[in-house]
Amino acid sequence: MGLTQPIATTRSAAGMDTGKLALWWIIGSEIVIFGGLLMCYIMHRIFHGHWAAEAAHTNVVCGALNTFVLLTSSLFIVLAHQAAEQKNRIKTFTYIWLTIGGGLTFLAIKSYEWTIEIMHGYTMGKSLFWSFYYTAAGLHGLHVIGGLAVMAWISFDVLKGKYFNRVELIGLYWHFVDIVWIFLFPLLYIAK
Amino acid sequence: MSSESHSPIYYVKIWALLLVLLIISIIGPEFGIRWVTMVTAFGIAFVKAYIVGAYFMHLKSEKRIITYMLLGMVALLLVFVAGTMVDIMSSKGSGWERLRLDKTIPADDHHDDEPH
Repeated sequence: MGLTQPIATTRSAAGMDTGKLALWWIIGSEIVIFGGLLMCYIMHRIFHGHWAAEAAHTNVVCGALNTFVLLTSSLFIVLAHQAAEQKNRIKTFTYIWLTIGGGLTFLAIKSYEWTIEIMHGYTMGKSLFWSFYYTAAGLHGLHVIGGLAVMAWISFDVLKGKYFNRVELIGLYWHFVDIVWIFLFPLLYIAK
Repeated sequence: MSSESHSPIYYVKIWALLLVLLIISIIGPEFGIRWVTMVTAFGIAFVKAYIVGAYFMHLKSEKRIITYMLLGMVALLLVFVAGTMVDIMSSKGSGWERLRLDKTIPADDHHDDEPH
């Protein structure tokens, strides 16, 4: 028997596509990964008062700008999903690439920010605060890069009129990446 | 989930609300008042996360089991945190041994964040 559609889109579990359910499970596991890292950071932060002095050297403008960029890219991907539900290939493709543009802008700002910090001697090995800073922001950055790669792949399928349902899945993932940053921003940049 | 019942303007309004909350979360801590910082920076982060989850991820209209699964993961996380918190919160006690002796650091102040 030949399969013309991936199995994840042709069967359902718990009343939804298998692919979508799997994506929710990925997000669930990511909650524990990022949550564990952030809770560890919070506990150390509470018991190391002098971390506030270290946090004073993070760049709030870059952090705020990146929050704006990610929130905007979240808007674009939800509009892409809406266009995908209408099977509008060009509109979906355009919104996906606007989202990718947002992700690339985020990475560019992050690269600039890290370059300045490293040039001033705030490296990963300087202190435990900076170690947490680079680990948390770096892990988040890797998720951004992974999301962008998958998004680009999906965009070309959509352009061919295939797998519109995947736009929703990558959208859910992207919103989660946005939520992680929403918590990283006050923890690493605002709380001085 | 279904986003077709909403117009793009609906999502743009939610995005605008998120930006307003972002501005408040930046301005609030500038006052230097601890509780204001806690509410504006961290309280608003939870509100923003809720808005993104409920309206952009459509959790409000998603099957209940997904919300329960995600809350279950948060509960699991809190169990892990509770288990390790006891260790992180302590720097002395019957089971503690200070491996790196540094006379300049008070015994009850664990400045263990210098490079190792």
